[in-house]
Amino acid sequence: MEPILNVKNITKAFSGVRVLKNVSLTVNRGEIHCLVGENGCGKSTLVKCVSGVYTPDEGEIVLNGQRFTKLTTQQAIQNGVQVIYQDMSLFRHMSVAENIAIEKIRAKGARLINWKDVAGIAAEQTRKINVKIDLEKEIFECPIAIRQLTAICRALAHDAKILVMDEPTTALTKNEVSQLLTIVQELKSQGMSIIFISHKLDEVFSVADVITVIRNGEKIGDYNRAEINEKRLSELMTGREIDYPRYRRDFTENTPLLEVKGLSRKGHFNDISFTLRKGDIVGMIGLLGSGRSEIAMSLFGLNPIDSGEIFVSGEKVSIAAPQDAKRRGIALLPEDRFREGLFTDLKIKENVSSTVIDEISPRGCLDFSEEDRLAEKCIETFKVRAPSRETVVRSLSGGNQQKIVIGKWVETKPNIFIMDSPTVGIDIGSKAEIYEQIHNFAKNGMAFLLISDEVEEILANCNRVLILEKGRIKTILEAQDLRQPDAKKLILEEIGSRDLQPDTEPSTK
Amino acid sequence: MTNSLKKKFFNDINFTILIGLLIAAIVLSAIFLPGGMFSAANIKSMAFQIPEFGFLALAMMLSNLIGGIDLSIISAANTIAIFTAFVLNGTWLPALPEEARIPAGLVVAILTALIFGVFNGLLISKTSAPSLIASLGTMILFQGIGMALTGGVSIGNIAFEFTDFGKAEWAGIPLIFWLFLGAAILLALLLEKTAFGRKFYLYGENKVAARFSGINNEKVCIATFVMTALLAGIAGLIVLSRVNSAKVGYGSSYLLQTIIVCVIGGISPNGGKGRVRGVFIAIVLMQLMSSAFTMLSLSPYTKKLIWGVVLILVLSLNHWIRNLNDSIKKEK
Repeated sequence: MEPILNVKNITKAFSGVRVLKNVSLTVNRGEIHCLVGENGCGKSTLVKCVSGVYTPDEGEIVLNGQRFTKLTTQQAIQNGVQVIYQDMSLFRHMSVAENIAIEKIRAKGARLINWKDVAGIAAEQTRKINVKIDLEKEIFECPIAIRQLTAICRALAHDAKILVMDEPTTALTKNEVSQLLTIVQELKSQGMSIIFISHKLDEVFSVADVITVIRNGEKIGDYNRAEINEKRLSELMTGREIDYPRYRRDFTENTPLLEVKGLSRKGHFNDISFTLRKGDIVGMIGLLGSGRSEIAMSLFGLNPIDSGEIFVSGEKVSIAAPQDAKRRGIALLPEDRFREGLFTDLKIKENVSSTVIDEISPRGCLDFSEEDRLAEKCIETFKVRAPSRETVVRSLSGGNQQKIVIGKWVETKPNIFIMDSPTVGIDIGSKAEIYEQIHNFAKNGMAFLLISDEVEEILANCNRVLILEKGRIKTILEAQDLRQPDAKKLILEEIGSRDLQPDTEPSTK
Repeated sequence: MTNSLKKKFFNDINFTILIGLLIAAIVLSAIFLPGGMFSAANIKSMAFQIPEFGFLALAMMLSNLIGGIDLSIISAANTIAIFTAFVLNGTWLPALPEEARIPAGLVVAILTALIFGVFNGLLISKTSAPSLIASLGTMILFQGIGMALTGGVSIGNIAFEFTDFGKAEWAGIPLIFWLFLGAAILLALLLEKTAFGRKFYLYGENKVAARFSGINNEKVCIATFVMTALLAGIAGLIVLSRVNSAKVGYGSSYLLQTIIVCVIGGISPNGGKGRVRGVFIAIVLMQLMSSAFTMLSLSPYTKKLIWGVVLILVLSLNHWIRNLNDSIKKEK
């Protein structure tokens, strides 16, 4: 039988950066096809080409035997392509049933909504996947797992033939993940083709028929599940045995730069205590909802704390706003660089100077040549690949953007640098460069609090690790623990108790 | 086109379009209204009319540049003018000697503007209310204060020295136009050359990123609304001086026009983008067209229609040229 989807040699570039290079993909009917690769390797771009959101610069897409060079989203939907993105794009204030049925009803061209139809359509879809959901509940009241199921049902209501799921398990607990994987198998047995995107290899191995590896925008190969193992797959994804140089702290001076005692914020974190010394890179790792980003926000004055004390260089301080933190020599690289870290429509130089406007304004007037100098320095130090300091930040690659965020904070000459997920969605080259800079700054005495999801990142950079669970520090690993050969496994086990994960959605009742 | 010229042309498309439109308007009115439009009398009359509207437009521009809107500018202008008129005609502070009335009036005007501005700024930055809603509230509040004080009648009979100011000229050009020109230049320098101006633009561009960069957003927001109120206050005083009285409801049709002028002047309603010079040209353009319509004896209704057409024309030209620009870039 001919494949339902055949992507032929597509190439896609954004402002000159080639994100997909000559990638082909064949998906057969009734097949679970896993797409794996590191963050920022081009998986999502590939999916957006298949769903018609992006038009590839070269190549064609064959859907149900029909050839498209400029596939539109409507054509993709007509041909049964349904994508469930990570945010699931549901209407928050509509019920589960409405969310499932609304598109179908709209597509029928009904002028009035027949509520019996809505309920009928919704019930029919839930039967297909064998689950019971409260159809009357509004989406914002539902946990992530139910939202996921709603999104799947909505796709089914659309007569999906190819269901694309983009990192569907990120926010699910272990039980929910296995329920989802069962549903995926069930849909397959009904003849649906599923493209499953994930970077969690255990999930991939439990459902995949075929695994396609993408790295740096290029396809590395297609593999049957049986012919490959986890270790090999991980090597293929990263292109090497991961081997970042490790950081070693070699300061003898142990007076703390930052000392946190019993920090608590209701609903977010509880009784957090730790210290950062000169040259420390302390890692903070834990599941989504473990409170790690919230701690960073509170240290930076963005979330008031309920109790606890913060000492900077031995002096007790209260940090009520980011400008207080900045004055105390604290810098924050935020989790969402696009929204929180950068002025994306502004030039590199304007971003770099955004933290030091007063410092480069003698008598209140901006010194533009000083601004240019800072920008040039940042570009040079961090090896930012950009045509010039006048380049608009939006057009840079993720890695280069992140370097700008780091650069703008380095200008404030901080003693304490908090980094929240600094390398998410960043290519490996930039990642290595960023690590190198972190190590350099640490060797010169800067202290880092490094929040990360990636154990490899923690191992390469940190000389101490705090493992968080439900807003509390569960375990602290010291440098000698981290040098053990089984350190990775140990950390994974410590954070891995997924069933204990608290609900990441605040209850709205 | 040489490269640098091309760059200049595309760099600020909106400004280029505006200059083009201004030239077109000047040429067309020179052809169709010879003598009338560019007579000394008409130019002077335009220069007298521009400032009151111009100050209001600059005030609206500031609120737009931070991604908001200040609907209260007109009622603030009127209420400030009413307060000042009460001092100038001696109703308030009757014990004051006559020669002290004007300075006292100015002090009252400035204080009132400061209070109005800080109130708006606090309301918007502390409650995170959308400025559209907050300033709708303060618009009605300021209007209500004026209404309660005056009962809706106009407050006149003010000191002659003050009314003279609105008619005074220097070098053949109205003093109030010089004032407007000076204010526009100062504002442009403030926004583009100073630390405050940079924070103001960053705040307008992305409030979250500004906060995460350690910028004191509250301060910037309050300062913006204080400047807005001060500019509105100046407009109120100009009106007071020109028509010799203050009244609730003067110039209420200006509100939408200031928004139109800002959009035509290249101010993005989402904030962060646009410059004083664009708004300045747009104000002059509007006045030029307004005069032309009057000379052509168009009814006020036709005028409105034409404003709409100009607005849509500028928006479409903008869109079209930007697309053209993008496609040129792609070919490279």
